[in-house]
Amino acid sequence: MAVGKEIRTKIASIKNTQKITRAMEMVAASKMRKTKDRMQATRPYSKKIGQIIKHLAQANPEYKHPYLITREVKRVGVILISSDRGLCGGLNSNLFRKTLSELGQWNNANVEVDICTIGTKAFGFFSNLKVNLIGQVSKLGDAPHLHDIVGIIKIMLDAYESGKIDQLFVISNEFVNTMTQKPTIEQLLPVAACELDENLGGHWDYIYEPDAKEVLDHLLTRFIESKVYQGLVENNACEQAARMVAMKSASDNAGNLIGELQLIYNKARQAAITQEISEIVAGAAAV
Amino acid sequence: MGKGEEMTMTVHVDIVSAEKEIFSGSVEMIFAPGELGELGISPRHAPLITKLNPGEVRVKVSATESYPFYISGGLLEIQPHLVTILADTAVRAKDIDEVAALDAKVKAEEALSDKSGKIDYATAQAQLQQAVMQLRTLDRFRKRGG
Repeated sequence: MAVGKEIRTKIASIKNTQKITRAMEMVAASKMRKTKDRMQATRPYSKKIGQIIKHLAQANPEYKHPYLITREVKRVGVILISSDRGLCGGLNSNLFRKTLSELGQWNNANVEVDICTIGTKAFGFFSNLKVNLIGQVSKLGDAPHLHDIVGIIKIMLDAYESGKIDQLFVISNEFVNTMTQKPTIEQLLPVAACELDENLGGHWDYIYEPDAKEVLDHLLTRFIESKVYQGLVENNACEQAARMVAMKSASDNAGNLIGELQLIYNKARQAAITQEISEIVAGAAAV
Repeated sequence: MGKGEEMTMTVHVDIVSAEKEIFSGSVEMIFAPGELGELGISPRHAPLITKLNPGEVRVKVSATESYPFYISGGLLEIQPHLVTILADTAVRAKDIDEVAALDAKVKAEEALSDKSGKIDYATAQAQLQQAVMQLRTLDRFRKRGG
């Protein structure tokens, strides 16, 4: 029957799309579980290192590390963490919007910005803009390793130490829950003074081996690295969650559309049959 | 066993790496490869903070039970009742970091100059995105009462 050929093709095509979106939804759901575990696994380290830095702030070292000293801000560094792949709703575009608004504020304050990006999406977006990109890494996969991002952190730390930049920020998505991801900006350098631990009153200091400078160097570098790494795994969890939600709504929309097209198709088919019958009946009556 | 009746002093130790928690619990003694030499830490050690060399960290939970862990460097903090070991996940050295930094820079420059990029995955994804957007637009149309 010739009726509704286009409608039937349309239905078939939407069904195919739905199959893909549903598969992607399920893949994202299972990956989200894994990335969330990974995100939780990084928490003990950053908690511990934060604690040590807190202790250090209370000790009375003879040496003051440059990472702890606030300077006048003329130029800032930004590490921007995005996903490698799209199809995850507004995750990346929200992040970029936040970044652009921050860039605008710095621009108004006559502060220059250096950017390092993690993930292909951020790089693709900002390489077309007039920003100063000084490093990038991408395609780190779902299980990134800390040593993958050591390079760009080193670029930023070197820039900070040589006085090229006076502050360092990381911008990434915060995992609030499966439905909500929030773009956030966090200051890494200079390391913000944190609240004190009451158990450690009095005048005391560590024994430093080999010496205070080297130990602090090591500790603060690891602290920055762990912060960025945590941002990265958190962003990964966000990506999977956002993709799962986006693909679920796409599958649902496809389902609704198929239902409606099916209805239209059935009506058209029925109308055609009715018309045929009435033609036959009218023909017979005329004879 | 006669002495085992009385309370043995213990110290809480946490061994963590950036990627996971390795060990957490009360132990009698910890051995670690400090940069200036092997360290044996008993409870109530004076506050100390040191870098660690690659090597074996051993925690003695009781007279008969002890666990070894291999670490590729890291940091050790001692407070009288708390010992924290921040283990590195990979062998780290200044020159390795330098190479990684250079690599990240080069990658950015290369990608900025080379616009051709990979097509296969990107096109497939673009097509799928198009399909999804189509669905969404159709849906919006329908809701408006089309």
